[in-house]
Amino acid sequence: MNLHEYQAKALLREYGAASPDGALAATAEEAAATAQRLGGLAWVVKAQIHAGARAQAGGVRMVSSPDKAAAAARDMLGKRIVTAQTGPEGIVVKTVYVEKAVEVERELYAAILVHRAKAGVVVLVGREGGTGVERTLARRETLFDLPFGLEGADPAGIAGLTKFLSVEQIQAEKIANMLSQARRAFIELDARLIEINPLAVTAGGDIVALDAKMIIDDNAMWRHPELETLRDEDEADPQERAADQFEINYARMDGDIGILTMGAGLGLATMDMVVNEGGRPADFMDVRPMASREQVAEGIRLLLEDSRVKVILVMAVGGGLLHCDTIAEGLSSVFRKTGSAKPVVYYAAGTGKEISELTLKNQGVPVAVTESMEEAVAEAVRIAGSRAA
Amino acid sequence: MSILVDRNTRVIIQGITGKIATRMAERAIAGGTNLVGGVRPGRGGSRHLNMPVFDTVAEAAEAITPDATAVFVPPQHAADAMIEAIEAEIPLIVCVTERIPVLDMVRVKAALAGSKSRLIGPNSYGVITPGECRIGVMPDRPHSPGKIGIASRSATLAYAAVDQTTRLELGQSTSIGIGGDPVHGIGFRECLELFLADERTAGIVLIGELGGSDEEEAAALLAAEKPKKPVVAYIAGVHAPAGRRLGHAGTIDFFGDRSAAGKIEAFRQAGAIVVDSPTLIGHAMRQALWRL
Repeated sequence: MNLHEYQAKALLREYGAASPDGALAATAEEAAATAQRLGGLAWVVKAQIHAGARAQAGGVRMVSSPDKAAAAARDMLGKRIVTAQTGPEGIVVKTVYVEKAVEVERELYAAILVHRAKAGVVVLVGREGGTGVERTLARRETLFDLPFGLEGADPAGIAGLTKFLSVEQIQAEKIANMLSQARRAFIELDARLIEINPLAVTAGGDIVALDAKMIIDDNAMWRHPELETLRDEDEADPQERAADQFEINYARMDGDIGILTMGAGLGLATMDMVVNEGGRPADFMDVRPMASREQVAEGIRLLLEDSRVKVILVMAVGGGLLHCDTIAEGLSSVFRKTGSAKPVVYYAAGTGKEISELTLKNQGVPVAVTESMEEAVAEAVRIAGSRAA
Repeated sequence: MSILVDRNTRVIIQGITGKIATRMAERAIAGGTNLVGGVRPGRGGSRHLNMPVFDTVAEAAEAITPDATAVFVPPQHAADAMIEAIEAEIPLIVCVTERIPVLDMVRVKAALAGSKSRLIGPNSYGVITPGECRIGVMPDRPHSPGKIGIASRSATLAYAAVDQTTRLELGQSTSIGIGGDPVHGIGFRECLELFLADERTAGIVLIGELGGSDEEEAAALLAAEKPKKPVVAYIAGVHAPAGRRLGHAGTIDFFGDRSAAGKIEAFRQAGAIVVDSPTLIGHAMRQALWRL
């Protein structure tokens, strides 16, 4: 679950990791009033959307009066912001965060995440923060891995950080202390990622989070019912939300071949095969091993209702839990109900293959049953190519 | 020979009275697995499928000395179940549970370090030595006893490789699901080591996907060992969009530096045969074995 900047900062503050004073505003008037109330000479107005790279897209503005804060908010609210991370349609801004500007002496980068191979939480610090830092992060070796013991950052780690950042030891200690608090938030809130970029050293020597991104582990939400209220699903694709309700793994792509597979690995493989054959996937859809006929039917319904989808490619490999016949039953029940004529290309192997093929043929689904994955992919790509939008 | 499990492996199931666990237990028994009992807190002293049920893994370990345990426990309790098995020193723990919080797995891995146990999974189809022992949720058909070792993150792609190697009459020595989660038990490198040392295994299939560094670690071992046994690798997710989770939690990497293309290159450099479609695994293996 993605959190907004203001939500992440509020949570981090509860753990003692500081950020500038700020408040949320839903209207231009509120933005002006907030700036007035916060006091000071300058403020930052920031669009609250679940995407990075906002500054380049006009989603972050520094202003010098409450009136200008209102003007900045007016420019953002209700508008679509398109950044490198939103996709071409962009995201509509519903709220802005108005924050007191601080005088920054240095911008750093920090991220907390689970290192897969080490199977532990790592705290990474970069010498430079701010916009455009994403690209340099592809090189992980440019980051300092700050080691933590049970009591917080260990002395050797602080010595290393002092050297890495070329700062006074007292400042490295302050930074390590702040990150120790953020790390505690990471662990106690079951985060998958906390990114603080930039992590600022102010002119007064304080360490504050100027921006914060936090992702909570979806698999741990049962442990944090209190975080449910922070969920903002308006930004999620409506089809992705619908799929989520039926426990189907779905991600929207921009092509015209609707894909449904049994298993995530097979889904990735099918997408690769479709692209290699010159086709364009409209989605990734993986039906989990515990799926029922009804869940399969809902998945197919999403693809039928998606006007971009010209053909549905179903890859079923029956295993020990989910059998191909469950897929075929779900598929045919939707076609029976909707009477849709959208073409389906079907490949099956493993448990329930034969009976599933019989089911589809007997139920009058407009289906091409194929004998290999290659044949299925080629047929789907051919149909998509022959049906002009 | 085979690796990890064979006809002598004494297996218990944690969460044995559950619906799926019961179904899988019946199938394991039918397939010849030496299933000796199970654990279900609060049901100790009773019997299920004509086998003894214990309240704790420690009691089961004491009474029936299992070599392996299958964890069929819901995600909220799965980490504790694995740690209980580690503390009871069960040599092999296989966890099929999906959707376990990643920080719970960090806790499990800490308990595993320096322990007497080895973990397969979670979010794994399990491990099978066809005709001898199956622990997990895989189908029986089309497995057949044979000489190809398979390790895979994905269940369905492993089944495809099993199907192909069975049709080509190569069969499988052992098939292992290392699981689709970012933090998990044994990885490709350890599977590769075990298969290389196993006399019955003539060729090895590794089925990976984008994210993590399991494939790179196996490729490094391969490059160092330069084994005679052929290794066929397939990596899914070459065209997956970056930064989005596609089914497996393991496919998202927040720094985006472990692409499928990089893994393919690592395996090629290390001397593995990399196929670009999962349907070519069996044929590539047969050809490689002919060339030996």
